[in-house]
Amino acid sequence: MAVARQTLIRRGVRHRDVMERTVESVLFACAASAVAVTTAIVVVLLVESAGFFSHVSIVDFLTDTMWTPLFAEARYGILPLLCGTVLAAAVALTVAVPVGVMVAVYLSEFAPVKVRETVKPLLEMLEGVPTVVYGYFALLFVTPLLQNIIPDLPGFNVLSPGIVIGIMIVPYVGSVSEDAMRAVPQALREASYACGATRLQTTLRVVMPAATSGIAAAFVLGIARATGETMVVAIAAGQQPNLTFDPTQPAATITAYIVQVALGDLPHGSIGYQSIFAAGLVLLLITLLFNILAHVLRMRFREAY
Amino acid sequence: MKGVMSNPVSVGVPSPQSGSTTQRNVKSSIRDLNFFYGDAQALKHIDMEIYEHAVTALIGPSGCGKSTLLRCFNRMHDLTPHTRYEGEIRLFPDDVNIVSPEVDPIEVRMRISMVFQKPNPFPKSIYENVAYGLRVRGVRNKTELDGRVEAALRGAALWEEVKDRLGEPGTALSGGQQQRLCIARALATDPEIVLFDEPTSALDPIATASIEDLIISMAGSVTVLIVTHNMQQAARVSTYTAFMYLGELIEYGPTNEMFTRPREQRTSDYLTGRFG
Ligand SMILES: Nc1ncnc2c1ncn2[C@@H]1O[C@H](COP(=O)(O)OP(=O)(O)O)[C@@H](O)[C@H]1O
Ligand SMILES: [Mg+2]
Repeated sequence: MAVARQTLIRRGVRHRDVMERTVESVLFACAASAVAVTTAIVVVLLVESAGFFSHVSIVDFLTDTMWTPLFAEARYGILPLLCGTVLAAAVALTVAVPVGVMVAVYLSEFAPVKVRETVKPLLEMLEGVPTVVYGYFALLFVTPLLQNIIPDLPGFNVLSPGIVIGIMIVPYVGSVSEDAMRAVPQALREASYACGATRLQTTLRVVMPAATSGIAAAFVLGIARATGETMVVAIAAGQQPNLTFDPTQPAATITAYIVQVALGDLPHGSIGYQSIFAAGLVLLLITLLFNILAHVLRMRFREAY
Repeated sequence: MKGVMSNPVSVGVPSPQSGSTTQRNVKSSIRDLNFFYGDAQALKHIDMEIYEHAVTALIGPSGCGKSTLLRCFNRMHDLTPHTRYEGEIRLFPDDVNIVSPEVDPIEVRMRISMVFQKPNPFPKSIYENVAYGLRVRGVRNKTELDGRVEAALRGAALWEEVKDRLGEPGTALSGGQQQRLCIARALATDPEIVLFDEPTSALDPIATASIEDLIISMAGSVTVLIVTHNMQQAARVSTYTAFMYLGELIEYGPTNEMFTRPREQRTSDYLTGRFG
């Protein structure tokens, strides 16, 4: 009897063991496939870029001020594209960071619960609007609007898509910052109020400093989103590589260039075609840089509650 | 009735230490106070006098409304929606009803400060933690800030330990030191009453003893109201004790009398550990 029960238990244990191991290996496979795909992307980027760099020197790539892969005498200086990317992202962040942080402050510290519960999902829905829509919004609505203020603004320029990208990532920056502020323990707010602070003082002097790491992360992730954004600039900025820091001029960004080439202006296997991988590699490095920055910021500002 | 009550009153009460009668001023007078969380009534018809420069302890089983009563004193409930005060807490010498909707809660918090259950220093330097209440009041003068920060840290028996590292984060201190930092923060603004809500429940016995000593020594200059679920603590630190049960004030009087000769059966049941 006792023996029978023991074997029964042992069989149960063995069965559970098998189940656990299966689940574990399936989950491991999922995690591993994500790593494998990422690695594959990096490998492809590196291999194709190597092909590109066997024709174009890295020094030229980094210092030449012209990007003209379609010209008879093609030149591959990444600077104009980089410049367009940085410029568009800068305009976008000038809009998104203050607005996003204010939205977050309002939702986290000031809005009644009901308002917050209505507005937050609405904001998150905005993130689902296809970026093409934003692109035409920039081209057909914001640009004419800006032309009323700046009369000689060209139809294609960086300012308009920059602003629209900014508007586009406000919900994102706002919701990441809001999460950071809401994560600040209620005990700190109570301590501040108990000292006689107003709501605004509590927000500015306690909640925001305590949420610095999260707000900085929102900022950096916003940069990553803005530099990675493609459609809006491709549609409204003019697709003309242009080494300028004047946002009222037309320009192209790295992503807009990649789209342009991918749409078929250059034959597969040509140097021009390979150039999109080199450009993509630069984009990857920028993103990586900002992720490391976000990490460092988080470490530096991490505050133990 | 009301007219008679609304003046600051001096009453003769036996002093627990000496057994003789000393004159004590009433610092605050709670009159028929009811408090509601939505429809739930958490305080029922509380009447009680808080004596100036004494330590008054609020004891009772968990959930009886001790924290709720304490938080009426600095209008902390105003931060929670759907809460309602009825009745009065009059603060002397100016005889103002601090739970009246016409009184600005910030004005009240300027005069009555609080130390919480878990140490909750801001993620700022030790100095800025103590200076916080002064800064929100608009104090900018460096000499004045320095002087008051030092005085508050001395008052909280923390100055000697931190005077050489005022720029370090307050959160890097030990638990007991953090709580003393919070006491310094509460003292920096020269409050008339300091509220303590179970200030030692997160601390080890040694840190607890030092906080208790501090509370006893503070009573010379401020009025202290302390919630504790630890009866020995109430006996050690307080001159007066109030026993609460289910939102009501059951018994209130000098601590030594209540602990030796409770008038109410429920008090004696609680003190002898029969419930709670
Ligand atoms: N924010 C709140 N909302 C609703 N009810 C509450 C809230 N805080 C406390 N209560 C209720 O009020 C009563 C008294 O609570 P509390 O004052 O915290 O008790 P104590 O401090 O004596 O343990 C309890 O029944 C508790 O459930
Ligand atoms: Mg409590």
